[in-house]
Amino acid sequence: MRFELTPRTNSSTVMRIFASIAAFITAFLIAGFVIWLMGRSPLAAFDVYVLQPLSDPWSLQELIVKATPMALIAIGLSYCFRANLWNIGAEGQYVIGAVLGGWLALRTHGTDAGLWVLPLMLLLGILGGALWGLIPAFLKTRFGVNEILTSLMLVYVAQLTLDYLVRGPWRDPQGFNFPQSVTFDPAATLPPILEAGRVHYGAVFAAIAVVVTAVILGRTLFGYRLKLTGDAPRAARFAGFSSKATTLAVFAISGGLAGLAGISEVSGQIGQLQPSISPGYGFTAITVAFLGRLNPIGILVASLVVALTFIGGESAQIMLKLPLDLTQAFQGILLLCVLAADAMVSYRIRFVTRGGGK
Amino acid sequence: MTTFEAILLTIVTASTPLLIAALGELVTERSGVLNLGVEGMMVMGAACSFAAAVTFDSTLLGVAAGMLAGALMAALFALLVLGFAANQTGSGLALTILGLGLSGLIGAPFVGARRDPIAPVDIPVLSDIPIVGRLFFEQDLFVYASIVLTVLVGLYLMRTRSGLTLRSIGENHTSANALGLPVWRVRFWAILFGGACAGLAGAYLALVYTRFWSPGMTAGRGWIALALVVFAAWRPGWVLVGAYIFGAATVLQLHAQAAQFGVPSQVLSAVPYLATIVALLLLSIRHGRAIGAPGSLGVPFVPDR
Amino acid sequence: MKADVPPSGTPLVELKGISKRYGDLLANNGIDLSIEPGEIQALLGENGAGKSTLVKILYGVIEPSAGVIRWQGRPVTIGSPVEARALGLGMVFQHFSLFDELSVAENIAVALSSEWSLSKVREKLGEISRTYGLALDADRAVWTLSAGERQRIEIVRCLLQNPRLLILDEPTSVLTPQEAEHLFTTLDRLSAEGCSILYISHKLEEVRRLCRRATILRAGRVVATIDPRASSAREIAALMVGSAVGEIRTDAPHHPQGEMLRVSNLSMPPAGLHGQALRDISLVARAGEIVGIAGVAGNGQSELFAALSGERLPDRAESVVINGKPSGTLGIDPRRRLGAAFVPEERLGHAAAPSHSLSENTLISHAATEVSRSGFILMNAARRVARSIVQSFDVRTPEGDPQARKLSGGNLQKFVIGREIIRRPKLLIVDQPTWGVDAGAARLIRQALVDLAREGSAVVVVSQDLDELFEVADRMAVIHQGTLSPLKPIGEWTKEAVGLEMLGVAQAQGGVHAV
Repeated sequence: MRFELTPRTNSSTVMRIFASIAAFITAFLIAGFVIWLMGRSPLAAFDVYVLQPLSDPWSLQELIVKATPMALIAIGLSYCFRANLWNIGAEGQYVIGAVLGGWLALRTHGTDAGLWVLPLMLLLGILGGALWGLIPAFLKTRFGVNEILTSLMLVYVAQLTLDYLVRGPWRDPQGFNFPQSVTFDPAATLPPILEAGRVHYGAVFAAIAVVVTAVILGRTLFGYRLKLTGDAPRAARFAGFSSKATTLAVFAISGGLAGLAGISEVSGQIGQLQPSISPGYGFTAITVAFLGRLNPIGILVASLVVALTFIGGESAQIMLKLPLDLTQAFQGILLLCVLAADAMVSYRIRFVTRGGGK
Repeated sequence: MTTFEAILLTIVTASTPLLIAALGELVTERSGVLNLGVEGMMVMGAACSFAAAVTFDSTLLGVAAGMLAGALMAALFALLVLGFAANQTGSGLALTILGLGLSGLIGAPFVGARRDPIAPVDIPVLSDIPIVGRLFFEQDLFVYASIVLTVLVGLYLMRTRSGLTLRSIGENHTSANALGLPVWRVRFWAILFGGACAGLAGAYLALVYTRFWSPGMTAGRGWIALALVVFAAWRPGWVLVGAYIFGAATVLQLHAQAAQFGVPSQVLSAVPYLATIVALLLLSIRHGRAIGAPGSLGVPFVPDR
Repeated sequence: MKADVPPSGTPLVELKGISKRYGDLLANNGIDLSIEPGEIQALLGENGAGKSTLVKILYGVIEPSAGVIRWQGRPVTIGSPVEARALGLGMVFQHFSLFDELSVAENIAVALSSEWSLSKVREKLGEISRTYGLALDADRAVWTLSAGERQRIEIVRCLLQNPRLLILDEPTSVLTPQEAEHLFTTLDRLSAEGCSILYISHKLEEVRRLCRRATILRAGRVVATIDPRASSAREIAALMVGSAVGEIRTDAPHHPQGEMLRVSNLSMPPAGLHGQALRDISLVARAGEIVGIAGVAGNGQSELFAALSGERLPDRAESVVINGKPSGTLGIDPRRRLGAAFVPEERLGHAAAPSHSLSENTLISHAATEVSRSGFILMNAARRVARSIVQSFDVRTPEGDPQARKLSGGNLQKFVIGREIIRRPKLLIVDQPTWGVDAGAARLIRQALVDLAREGSAVVVVSQDLDELFEVADRMAVIHQGTLSPLKPIGEWTKEAVGLEMLGVAQAQGGVHAV
């Protein structure tokens, strides 16, 4: 017995959307099976994971708060992945964005610095993430070093940098020796969109990123350049698109957006620097980008869906004593299902036995 | 035992899991498949081996469970990239994410448990040689096994027909298919071998190196193993050399942290990761593009009709 | 000469009603074919006639949808190339199935059954090489070998298994005339020893030199089985193509004017591990003429194309002068703006993106011109351009705006050449313009190139097809191992002289070239 793959010539957008939904349902069924194996009711879990968060206004806000960084990062990653470049170090770029932006917050702490602090912090966040992202890009374009490994290694370096800073020079002297910085001044805090609401302006940045990216990818030569680089690299060079410039550009964009996500999260949500500022948003965003089929609107939807699993996971931990790792396992299953669905859209797959071929 | 000897001994212990995992990945990559899921298979190996070893109070069963877990994860990967011709990079990442989550679930009941150290196997006479003797001939079984495995993988690839077939398929799967070589079958077993090795490496971490389970305990070793394969230009002998260099870097930075040179511990902790980047960089500067990479590495195989 | 084996008794192999369907396309449609022991039979047909599909079925690479194969009278199922080899079939592919990084001996051993150890292969290799004059060094890596040597590996692979039937798919397409003659001698000798040969080609001369029987395929069917020596080339061509192929008009007056391209002393290091370096290449192309560059594949054609198009940049700006402007250090887009246009050898993946629509594919070479404005794509303009290319160059496409990969080779080639010509470039550089293209499309493309030149553009045609160059070129040079022979008017070349240049022999004897 063997497989037979035939490229499909008529893969439509409808099919692709349908495949995403099918992948999601399959992942849910597998996760339900795992939960059943663990001796819990899959239906109760579905209620806690999906239905309850969606029926509670507080959770709905939380959903947007959690989806914001993932959407920002995944939008950035979609530039890379479309061009078939593998930035898997967004988590590190997120952290460095938070560090560089946070530096200004700490530097201006207690001074009466005015309105310029926050915009500059955000710019520094973008700059920090972009520079951190440009390291693997530069190593790739200049020396041909594999960007997958270097971008990932730099995640560890970024996390250790943050760890060193908040335990060392940036630690709050009045913080009872807790490894954390002082709380940011109001001037360095990203305000909520609605008074007393939880959703901060990071969500607006994400929305802008979605719209701008939709235009760039769909309507501009730069967007076509990425598609061509990813689908037919030699044709891209023939079209006059330098692959080095493309690499540097997409790493700067994705790093910048990850950095923006980092500084927005720190100044809008956490309010200070601490050793851990992300439950793995940078890695989860990879799943989000694929689940959204590298399409900005799709990514927006996917980020909300994945945020749901985070929130559901937290309440499932409390209410059903289901470990948080289940959330990550589910995200892994989901990504596998999406990739399989992707393949099924591109190829007709048949199991054939010898002699039965027609 | 002097401190110096103790340090050298820990270097061997720290290097062995890297070596085993990298050898497995080397075979997978030589067949033309890039499995980025080493970290995920390794951490599953660690969790399952520790769970089985504690439950049945048997190191042997633990090791078997670790290898099986790694191989099962690899089989899942094989289904995607061979059966569905799915994107290898994405599938490998998914495998890592899945492994990290699933291992947390499996290991959760065993957090806090400890295993006794396993006894070193003393090779008589040779182990009496000063320093070298204790270093090389009074190690646990896994260390010997990893060295033997290096030799076997080298002999297999370069001296056997089956190894020649595997290399050919990795070099050019279109030609291999035209000649009627079993591309899918060979790759399937190569992926499974890679998974079993990653599982074994994880088992070694949990049962010998730390002797306890903690979530995410592989701490990027799977990724370093991947880098080692590139660093070694896909040659087993160089994987051995590279694994020991990285093992040494890891252990020495730990000792440097203990000695408190006034360097922040985080800087030292970053050494293995920075060393990986520097090693890849030096290699690329010397050889230009990744030299020795199998021709079909990472390219999905879809035979023409 | 070949031994005369009368077609009597049981044929060695007999195909009955072989069909292969891909979706709506019947690649093979009820094909009958039989081959006698010791016979050299030709399988003739245009590209896309179904020759490759048929031999892949025979060799077990693909399964037929219907039909029976009899081997020495016995019905057999050939499930894989391994089973085919066990029966006694050997196959030399058009695109070699070799492994660049492995040694010659390893390349041979891996294709044989397990009793062939490397040392046994080495031993037999020497023997076979001596017997058939197929010299090969067992320990050389394949990527260091010439195309002719690579083909020898394929042939030796087959011969080591004492095949009863040897299949060769377009074996001379990568050989010099001299290497081809050497191959024919080997084949005659094999035939005399009783080995049958199925010889696939579209070159009539070769078929008449080798074969007494030829089966002609057209559109998946057998249209005739003939004695090629008893039929005229015109008759055979008509059978292959279905209708008489028109001649190309080249008789228009031709007055070369200003220099559109001057290449002087261009040298480039090889790109990558297995590339060919360019050494001291000089040539001039003037408005109104077609300059041909002949040569066997892998002698630096693609490197030369990359240097001319700007995909790889030489050090000196003066080494490539386009329309009077030193352009060596300019990328491909600035060169396009100077009035140059380029068509690379690979249609899918280089000239066009397979999964993109035709209108998107117009963006590849029009990025600098009318289908975009200040970074934004004008999709309607792109669609309009694609439509006008389709109309002017008779590109037969599925409905609407299809993906490039849905077009047949010939139609896609018409599209990518049309995409450049429709801009009326002052200089067109095209690599292998009709490679793997059916006769009708090839004629249309050649005519378009000639017309473009006659209207006052300079055209440089790099081709392995000597007949093509003799047909369209005004002046021609031969590239061999990265050096270019002198550029001479086409009338001063003979095929023999070109062959010698392809082998590099003329240079060794001829001394220094003038530009």
